[in-house]
Order: sequence, then structure tokens, then C-alpha cells
Amino acid sequence: MIVVDIAQFSVARGDVLITYALGSCVGVCLYDEIRGIGGMAHIMLPDSSVAYTELTPTERRRYADTSVPDLVDAVCRAGAGRFDLCAVMAGGAQMFGVASAAFNIGQRNSDAVKRALAACRIPIAAQDIGDSFARTLWFDTASGRIEVRSARRGTSVLKSP
Amino acid sequence: MSLVTIDELTDVQLDVLREIGNIGQGNAATSLSAFSGGCVNIAVPDVSVLGVSEVMEFMGGPDEVVAGIMVRMTGAVCGMMLTILRRDFVTKMVDTVFDHRVEDFGELNDIERSFVEEIGNILSGSYLNAICELSGLSADVSVPDVTVDMVGAILSVPAIESAVNGSKVLFIDDGFMFSDKYERYAGQKASCHMIFIPELSSLNRIFSVLGVGK
Repeated sequence: MIVVDIAQFSVARGDVLITYALGSCVGVCLYDEIRGIGGMAHIMLPDSSVAYTELTPTERRRYADTSVPDLVDAVCRAGAGRFDLCAVMAGGAQMFGVASAAFNIGQRNSDAVKRALAACRIPIAAQDIGDSFARTLWFDTASGRIEVRSARRGTSVLKSP
Repeated sequence: MSLVTIDELTDVQLDVLREIGNIGQGNAATSLSAFSGGCVNIAVPDVSVLGVSEVMEFMGGPDEVVAGIMVRMTGAVCGMMLTILRRDFVTKMVDTVFDHRVEDFGELNDIERSFVEEIGNILSGSYLNAICELSGLSADVSVPDVTVDMVGAILSVPAIESAVNGSKVLFIDDGFMFSDKYERYAGQKASCHMIFIPELSSLNRIFSVLGVGK
């Protein structure tokens, strides 16, 4: 099992990818079903233009607009077909109500991920976003099964093999 | 005045933050004890500057479920104060005050939930008072906002702010001891945790007022 930390991504073939406790962050899975290659990113912020300095490859994984295309490149380098990819996304919640409503980072993160996926022409096969609870995203790249687990709702299957 | 980020504090500045933590904890224990009818005593607080991921490990991993209570500060001191209450602290407090034994957060009723919210309010108010007492600066706090969920997701809120402000937060591990008044928990320790994420300009204002600025 490969754990994807906050503001990181990983690529796997046959392994399980997991990222814990997505709050306002968004988890993105990319999957090439034909070749059984998948990738997962845990994205923290919508837009890299807030950074003052040029981003390192690791820092690029924080932001939706840089992490998504980098993850696409990474899964393709691992052998996935550029046009055989589909995406599944989860997260983008608002963990606190009133006090952080102005910031609204969850919504902005999921919008930015959708824009980045559209720019890469990758269809979204399933999503579980918004609301106000945390999600853990679990992805078995061997079977293609993707689950969302939460303290509030238990486990739900986003994508069946 | 040049800005100091929370990653590059001097020993003296860290001591100032620790002292704020100590005073805050004194205030907190007094108020919490009064609020709960004398069920807790003070223990020693531990103030440190940690990365968000270190805080997460300390709490038992990202998917550990906790209660998080957030207040925002505005005025001369701006920023965010996050109180994290672990399950054992909440269930013991609820049992001593309401005589209701719960195993999990999900079993809390509305009154108990607002009691938890009030604990967060008292704790963050205590620390904020300490900052104001010591520095003579004033700040207002927002209405507390409570959520019960995975600690990783709760901590991503300050993580996102600190990604902009520097990568570390001020972490206060606050120990309380249950008094003899409640036999069931007498002498047991329960911890709650405070995370203070001041805006950089506010942090520097505090240091400058106290004569330990750059």
C-alpha cells in the first residue's frame, strides 16, 4: 500500500494507493484501465500563481493547476496511454462553516481540479466532492476499484472494476 | 521592522511564546475548572513549534477522529486558534459534567456538543487573553466553529494558511488532571491541544511590543 501524503502524488501498477483525511484538499485518481496503471494526487491549493518564487517539482504538487498535468505526465511515463485515462476525484469539503466561509478553499480546489482535468482532456468518471466532512480515498490499481471512506458516512464505492 | 517567519524564531522569541502558553494554560485551567464544577486541575503545558505533519503524528495519524474548534482573531492580533480535543478528553468531560457515558463523538447530544464547543471557546479565549495581557494588544474573536472529523482534514485548514505564512505552527499540548471530585477519573490525565497560527505581521507586532523583535 502506497500512502500519498498531503501535497504529493504517486504512481502505481498493481498496488493500492491511499490518501488520508481529505478535507478542503482534493484527491485525484487517474487510471488507465487497459494497462492497469494508476496515479493519485493529494492537492492542497487551487492555483500556483500565489507562489512568489519558481516552484520546485515537489512544490508543484501542492497546486491543482500544476499537480494534475505533472501527474498525467508521470502516469504516462509509467506506461499509461495518454488518451486512455479517466479521473476520479474526492474531497473539496468545507471543514468549518462560518469562520472560513470567505476563504471557501474546498470549492475553489475542486473547481481548479476540474479545470485542470478538462485542460488535459481527461474525463471524470466519478466524483464525491463538497459538503463538510473528511474523506479518505482508496484506489486499488490492480482491479480499478476506488472507494471513499469517511467517519460520517462509512465506505462508498466510487468506481467498481 | 523586518518580518520574522515562524520557522526562524530566536530562543528568546520562543520563550515569549512559551510564556504566553503558560499564562494561557493557567487561565484555561481556572476557567475550565469553574465551568465544569471543579473536575479538572492544572498540569504542565508543553509549548513547541511544530510542522503540521508532526502535529498529525502526535494526534495518532491523519484518520484519527477528534473534535476541532476554530476561532478566528481580528484586530491588533490576527490569525487562527484551533483547539483539538481527543476522544478520551471529550468523553471524560461529558461524563463528569452530564453523567452520561459515551464511547464516541457520534453519541453526543446537542447540549453536549455545544458544551464541547464551549470548551474550545474557553481554551482559545484563555490563550488569546494571555497574548493580550502580556502585549497590551487587543483582538476580537469570532464565534467558535466546531467539527468532529479526521484530524488530518482539520489540520489541513491551518496547513493551508501556513503554506502561505511559513510551514510551522505554535503547538500547545495542554495537560489537565481530573480532580478527586469524580472518583471514576480521579488523578487521570487528559490532554487537549491548542494550535495558534498568527498572521506574520501580528506575530511580529507581538514581538516588537515585547522588545524581542528584529
